Amino acid sequence: MAAQGIEQTGAQPTPPAAGYPSGGKAESTGSFSWTPYVFLAPYLLLFTVFIVVPAIFGLWISLHNWDYLLPEQPWVGLQNYVNLFTPGSPTAGFFWQSMEATGIFTLFSVPFLVIIPLLVALILNQSFRGRNFFRAMYFAPYVLGVAVVGVLWQYILNPGFGLINYYLGALGIGEGAVPWTTALPWAWISLVGMTVWWTLGFNAIIYLAGLQDINQELYEAAKVDGANRWQRFVNITIPGLRPVFLFVITVTILASANMFGQSYLVTDGAPANETRTAIMYIAEEGLENFRMGSAAAMSYILALFLALISILNFRFLNQKEED
Amino acid sequence: MGRRLTRREFLLAGAGAGAGLMVLGGCGASRDQAAAARTAAGGGARYTGPKVNLAFWNGFTGGDGPIMLELVNQFNSEHENIQVDMVTMMWAPDFYQKAPAAVAAGQGPNVAIMHVDRLGLNAARGVIIPLDGVVEALGLQESSFASTIWDAGVYEGKRYGIPLDTHPLGFYYNKAVMEEGGLDPNRPPQTRDEYMEALEELKGKDIQGSWVPPSLFTGWHMFTSLLWQFGGDLYNEDVTRATVNSDAGVEAMSWMVDLVKRGYSPKNVAQDGDVIALQNGQNAFNWNGIWMINVFGAVPELEWGVAPLPQIGTEKAAWANSHNFVIPNQPNPDPNKLRAAKVFIAWVIESSQKWAEGGQVPALNEVREGQAFEDLEWQPEFAKELPYVHFGPSAPGVTEINENILYTAVNEAVLLNEEPRAALDTAVERANKLLQQNQQKYGGY
Repeated sequence: MAAQGIEQTGAQPTPPAAGYPSGGKAESTGSFSWTPYVFLAPYLLLFTVFIVVPAIFGLWISLHNWDYLLPEQPWVGLQNYVNLFTPGSPTAGFFWQSMEATGIFTLFSVPFLVIIPLLVALILNQSFRGRNFFRAMYFAPYVLGVAVVGVLWQYILNPGFGLINYYLGALGIGEGAVPWTTALPWAWISLVGMTVWWTLGFNAIIYLAGLQDINQELYEAAKVDGANRWQRFVNITIPGLRPVFLFVITVTILASANMFGQSYLVTDGAPANETRTAIMYIAEEGLENFRMGSAAAMSYILALFLALISILNFRFLNQKEED
Repeated sequence: MGRRLTRREFLLAGAGAGAGLMVLGGCGASRDQAAAARTAAGGGARYTGPKVNLAFWNGFTGGDGPIMLELVNQFNSEHENIQVDMVTMMWAPDFYQKAPAAVAAGQGPNVAIMHVDRLGLNAARGVIIPLDGVVEALGLQESSFASTIWDAGVYEGKRYGIPLDTHPLGFYYNKAVMEEGGLDPNRPPQTRDEYMEALEELKGKDIQGSWVPPSLFTGWHMFTSLLWQFGGDLYNEDVTRATVNSDAGVEAMSWMVDLVKRGYSPKNVAQDGDVIALQNGQNAFNWNGIWMINVFGAVPELEWGVAPLPQIGTEKAAWANSHNFVIPNQPNPDPNKLRAAKVFIAWVIESSQKWAEGGQVPALNEVREGQAFEDLEWQPEFAKELPYVHFGPSAPGVTEINENILYTAVNEAVLLNEEPRAALDTAVERANKLLQQNQQKYGGY
């Protein structure tokens, strides 16, 4: 299995700094080598400059009324955080509404983005004529930028002159006036739908790689034992894909929680900020309203949530693996 | 709010080609005009120093971009020692985020364009410098400009913007649809009674005559125009409290919402749905900005016209904004570049007949009152609104409150999610808290 294989080889060098128990004490100090650090240095440098430093600096910003263009950045302590938890403050209502929007989107997009690509991968893993063509087709939307996808779907979804309503109208359904981008729940259906169409190819490719790593002999052995198609899927494919699931679910949750472009371009947060996601509101607060302290505080709350969800996700799926 | 502008400019882009042709046609006429205006505007401005390059930033990404570029090219060919390099990006979010960042990094442009309601914020944040000296050097006078536009460029007693134009909201109508509804296509309704009668007439022919957009463009502009028409205002005198939930505000909003409730407009009109419907012959009336003349003008066989906004409330009023020249802050200003920038600003304002042809009302009286402008087909209709146009206040951060907070009330009410008064009350409560924050941040105003 791919992921496990990588883990094993990754563990072999056992550098002392990594905290792995190695053979003898003398041996470990004697074998100290700069080589791994030299190889890690370029990434470490980028990681420090673009992740660690901004993260710490952001924490500092969040403790001020920060606007980089004003001469003074007044210290406000935890006020920006307190505001987020004080009902009736200028930010609390909007922030939690945007967190809710992010939550709704994640809740409804992740299951589709985990299951549909798996089905697609299972089909594309069969051998049939034109398989490569279909593999490319399903992956194709993923290479488009969000701006292209947004403009494309605007035309398709527009309640007044969009393609979908045109054809629905021609079929006599909903008078061809479904408010795809201006009312709930339609706006969420649109956003989740277009996101699934756009990104399912990526997850499908990951699954496909996972499927191809499952030992074919297991299937043959199961067949000999008289296992049917469903039994083989449940007992070989699903367990075989477990590390892939962990990766796909984690990455998909994080990507969905960071959703920005689709709402920004297609619904513009409408109706009345209902589909404005957390990232959208943070960008607006920091870069349009120039309240960077408040925006930074929101980012930390969002990051905290995402970290918690990722930890839970790891715990849950790893535990299963150990069983 | 960025995307809303983008959408409008997206529509405009399609009209760019048409506007370009108009400009070519109008070139010759504008020359004499410009010469006359140059004297009026005190055009002694000259630059005789060494050759300088000026970075000129703006957000003219629509049909207006090619016209400004043409003006810049003409300026460059007429001035050997000044080379203006134009950089265009979307107004929002790009321009209004990047220009301040560039200034903070000491890499700001030498001259730029900003909307009049953004001047206060950018002045308070030190992005742009006061221009009183420039105005004096150029001999520009209040009497040379429409006073509504000229007065709007002042923040805290100092002038920060030199007005190039104004772009008000106007009243577009589809003549074919009016005829279909049994109306006189050459007599667009101009009073409340006429408006309601026309809509009733159209409704009798199964036409929803006045689509109300719940989006910022142009639902917000329609609402503010009505608010001012009913005698209300966005904020109190010193911009410390929002006042859109006044009786005037509720009346304005209720009138808009009633158009939907009475079936003169569909519910849930999508972004630009009202515009598209007018183009497709489904909608008769549309309250929209002067920029739409390029969009409608580019639609083949569309019979349309434009008039000043009908008077629905107790007085005449129309929302407008204005492009102003500004000079961004430089850590080590080059006096030569500053002088050259003055020459450029004066030259463009004096040549604004060409700019007007692209779909603007020029700020300079001599150009606006000239025959060449009067001869334009649509623009003079908008110029009629000048005595009563209203701009959003330029107090720092207020445009953001307008577009992110108060606008939400329009969206909620027009989508029939909330009653007008409740929607406005909620928005005002939120806006007031932010106004208080802004006051602390920017020190009073």
